[in-house]
Amino acid sequence: MVVQALKDQGVDVVFGYPGGAVLPIYDEIFQQNDIRHILVRHEQAAVHAAEGYARSTGRPGVVLVTSGPGATNAVTGITDALMDSIPLVVLTGQVPTFMIGNDAFQEADTVGITRPCTKHNWLVSDTARLSDIIHQAFHVATTGRPGPVLVDIPKDVQFASATYTPPQKARVSHYQPQTKGDIEAITDLVAAMETAKRPIFYTGGGVINSGPEATRLLRDLVAATGIPITSTLMGLGAYPANGPHWLGMLGMHGLYEANMAMHDCDLMINIGARFDDRITGRVDAFSPESIKAHIDIDPSSINKVIRADIPIVGDIATVLADLLEIWTARGRKVNREAIGKWTAKIAEWRKVDCLKFTQKGPVIKPQYALARLEALTRGHDRYICTEVGQHQMWAAQYLGFNAPNRWMTSGGLGTMGYGFPASIGVQIAHPEALVINVAGEASWLMNMQEMGTAMQYHLPVKQFILNNERLGMVRQWQELLHGERYSSSWSESLPDFVKLAEAFGAKGIQCKDPGDLDEAIMEMLAHDGPVIFDCLVEKHENCFPMIPSGEPHNKMLLGEVSTKDAIKEGGAVLV
Amino acid sequence: MPPLHIKKGSSRHSAYNLRSNFSDVQETHTLAVIVDNEPGVLARVIGLFSGRGYNIDSLTVAEVDHTGHTSRITIVTTGTPQVIEQIKAQLGRIVPVHKVNDLTVEGPSVARELALLKVAGEGEKRVEALRLADIFRANAVDSTLGSFVFEITGAPEKIDAFAELMRPLGLVEMARTGVAALPRGR
Repeated sequence: MVVQALKDQGVDVVFGYPGGAVLPIYDEIFQQNDIRHILVRHEQAAVHAAEGYARSTGRPGVVLVTSGPGATNAVTGITDALMDSIPLVVLTGQVPTFMIGNDAFQEADTVGITRPCTKHNWLVSDTARLSDIIHQAFHVATTGRPGPVLVDIPKDVQFASATYTPPQKARVSHYQPQTKGDIEAITDLVAAMETAKRPIFYTGGGVINSGPEATRLLRDLVAATGIPITSTLMGLGAYPANGPHWLGMLGMHGLYEANMAMHDCDLMINIGARFDDRITGRVDAFSPESIKAHIDIDPSSINKVIRADIPIVGDIATVLADLLEIWTARGRKVNREAIGKWTAKIAEWRKVDCLKFTQKGPVIKPQYALARLEALTRGHDRYICTEVGQHQMWAAQYLGFNAPNRWMTSGGLGTMGYGFPASIGVQIAHPEALVINVAGEASWLMNMQEMGTAMQYHLPVKQFILNNERLGMVRQWQELLHGERYSSSWSESLPDFVKLAEAFGAKGIQCKDPGDLDEAIMEMLAHDGPVIFDCLVEKHENCFPMIPSGEPHNKMLLGEVSTKDAIKEGGAVLV
Repeated sequence: MPPLHIKKGSSRHSAYNLRSNFSDVQETHTLAVIVDNEPGVLARVIGLFSGRGYNIDSLTVAEVDHTGHTSRITIVTTGTPQVIEQIKAQLGRIVPVHKVNDLTVEGPSVARELALLKVAGEGEKRVEALRLADIFRANAVDSTLGSFVFEITGAPEKIDAFAELMRPLGLVEMARTGVAALPRGR
């Protein structure tokens, strides 16, 4: 019945790991060919792989794990999906209903544990409700602000039989979030756009979650108005990095011109972003002179951190369609002259060239490695995943994203170990595509067991490891904030990554000379199979630009010389 | 900078009608939340308050529509206007929550609570307790030669006042139900 419900929901792949309490479902999976099961090597990886699948396709990812440790191992992935609004349906086995509460073998209170880290969860106590609940689960995961849901299914409920409810006959949920924005508010925003002198679009993951139509409308709107646009880490690709109005990413490690423009703008149009603390820096000094419009499908995002002057609750695509229509009906007006001056001002900031670096000497700079990766893969329709840390920020800065759903990174939760399994999920969804996981050696080791999965399913995922033998971001903060006392932030006893690859039967490449880098990258791209690319980079490179904790956007650090005492006492408690 | 024509602080389109500015003033609000009567729904509501650091002053819950399987949770909470708006928005996005009403701002409402107070004493104190109970329209639902249990209903302030008076007269123990509230009129 579970498999039938998944089929009827259009599921073609499930990521999972079997165990005692889900054996009946695994038995069903064994006896059919429509749904493919991908056996991972750890349940956390199953969830990240499903996230990678979901983010690169726009369809919900499905996970199947057993009770107890299977479910608890999945918790990190589920929390990650909640923070980044990724639609997932997680099915967990549970001990039989008559044993619940008895501390049975592999029993855990899964719905209790996952209540705060799912959008919603269900414990199915009656087989008659099972199919209906699975359909509800897909509805909740994908409607409104997407997120992970969990269905906990006791083993006796899996064994029992009942009448199947097809999706068309499933109970209509009262959960129907508002998608159409208030027309009066949208009109107010149009009026503000018509007169604004220093407007800016600040877009986020909501644009990508809303779907391809939202991306198309956003691009139309930017092209027609000429208003410059910046994006959060989560929103990269919604507006193309090679577009004429692109400012680059904003935020703590965002571009100088993007952050300065956010600070000095007079109209900020937030589309599907949530004023995260990585973006705002010091809240009371955040863009002090601007009128703020905020479009978001989740009413709780609005006014949570920053007061919105023009709040609009609705789906991005629907709101942007209305916005374009109203703007057109009113004569497609913007203050071209003022925006011209504003653009010139931004061009001046851009001259600072905040991402410049010099590659000299015998050691590869991480920025150089990514700049070369960008140059050598630009022609591919490539999918990039990352782990978490300095390499993640450098990837966001130095790689360009020209299409949505091509960038998979753990933004909200910041989960080290995310990227490798996510790259597996992406490659499963796009078997022919070039999928690269930009990693740090420490993050990558957190889910390295997935080499087994990559080999088993012949997934040619490229693991591009910037190996500085350090927890680079931790080290950077210790340098800036803790008197250069590098407590536990170096990677001791690292494996030989080439031999590690070979142990799994994969290809390993090590590169340490800048002169060999291009050739080594080409070798990685040419290999048809999983590759571990061990790129030995400068060990003490710091990630700039940076807004120090507790400072506003116009107080950015641009390089080593400006770091002394950059973080003041009040900022030290922030992360 | 010359102002744009939209006045700052305009929030008439907010889904939740935010007041003019983020303010530090603490306000007490009574929220009525209609939820599906299903296992775990109360845990979701309480988990939201503890997980996000909101206050619960009082909370009552019971099924109110047997055929529709819905319960009504009445929550009294305290916070700045911004926090109160956030609480309502966060409650609103819990999947089994049908409706969130803020009885404190959505027109006049009536709020009642029931309390049981055990008062032990003899002689003049005992007589005085009975006399005050009469004034407050509290009923003695249990009496022994040395004690009464009074039942009192009313606004929480009335119960506070009654308990305050009973304290010197031998208040031993008290049980309160928390607030149940409805909007006035139709």
